[in-house]
Amino acid sequence: MIEFHLDTHSGLAPYLQIVQQVRRALRLGLLAEGDQLPTVRDVVARLAINPNTVLKAYRELEHLGLASPRAGIGTFVTQSFSDASPAVLRPLRVELERWLAKARRAGLDDESVEALVWDTLHSSTAEVVA
Amino acid sequence: MTAVLEARGLGKRYGRSWALSDCDLTIPAGRVAGLVGPNGAGKTTFLHLAVGLLAPTAGTIEVLGRRPAQGADQLAQVGFVAQDSPTYAGLSVSDHLHLGAWLNPGWDDEMADARVESLGLDPQKKAGRLSGGQRAQLALTLAIAKRPRLLLLDEPVASLDPLARRDFLRQLMEAVAEQELSVVLSSHLVADLERTCDYLVVLVDSRVQLAGDVEELLAEHHRLVGPRNGGRLPGGWEVIEESHTERQRTLLVRCSNPIFDPAWSVEPVSLEDLVLAYMARGARDVAPPTGLVGLP
Repeated sequence: MIEFHLDTHSGLAPYLQIVQQVRRALRLGLLAEGDQLPTVRDVVARLAINPNTVLKAYRELEHLGLASPRAGIGTFVTQSFSDASPAVLRPLRVELERWLAKARRAGLDDESVEALVWDTLHSSTAEVVA
Repeated sequence: MTAVLEARGLGKRYGRSWALSDCDLTIPAGRVAGLVGPNGAGKTTFLHLAVGLLAPTAGTIEVLGRRPAQGADQLAQVGFVAQDSPTYAGLSVSDHLHLGAWLNPGWDDEMADARVESLGLDPQKKAGRLSGGQRAQLALTLAIAKRPRLLLLDEPVASLDPLARRDFLRQLMEAVAEQELSVVLSSHLVADLERTCDYLVVLVDSRVQLAGDVEELLAEHHRLVGPRNGGRLPGGWEVIEESHTERQRTLLVRCSNPIFDPAWSVEPVSLEDLVLAYMARGARDVAPPTGLVGLP
């Protein structure tokens, strides 16, 4: 079971923050097919948020094909991300660490690295769309 | 979607001044609506009109499809907690529950007892000796245990410390999750509403400045930063707030279409910024115009 948190200053709608946290947990292998998501009541009690927000997030996950409700029990994950297996993630991380070391030697600080990653990610998605 | 509350041209006048005027408002069912505005904006007047403690001077208001306080069954469907969570200081917690059971036909004894127990309130303790947070929770328990369809709360957390505030809102949200309950709560603090409300009404100086679904409102508003001499603004942009420096112009605009103009950098707006911008605009609009003194 995972726990959600909310960042009220993120600029991202609360329901999308929940969706994002589930997706991230799936990607990192913290959630897999068959796992139960916290019940709406649990999330409401923990975060003191509007139940409609949680319901909306879970509907969105259902729409994305990532989770589905079982009447009277709760909402369950219906998909594992195949590329989230440690066998795939580990070599990528090693490579990334090597690249990071190179960036440091070139004098880039955290912020510059993040900016470069975001920018590259952004422009490469833009190219794919175009 | 059905409305729990519908106001048309609603107004209330005290002597020569209008506490609420020209209020057109529809609050859909199943929502937690936040009524925000500075002190004296007319929030309490609006809520008192909605429960039937006041009669309108102008226009109409319907609550759950009927005139407020029109008969016992109408009253039974509406729960109301007035400002500062009034309780009877000399009566104990269990006295309050007995009173609630005696006065309300739909009273849910089991729920009331369970809530008091989970809150850790001593049933024998007099309400006057409870902390502010406990008194607010007792008042909320009384309002929820009558099993209303609509719950109206006037500044329910204004006098509570941050922890009690969080506990109160948590209890309220749990009640919303468990029952089919619509809520309208007023507050002059936006932070209280950010997690709890999915519908927003901004009231400034007796007038409704903004009303709508929180997410839709956030999606329609943008903060734009661009050059000072950027020429004319495109049509369809409603400028809510504007500020300048020598070179730069910052706008908060309402615009339902996406903005692609490369001259402007576009950023999302937080709920707090949005509310403050409308409050500032509302306050500007009522400021007496200078230089017009003496004109009819």
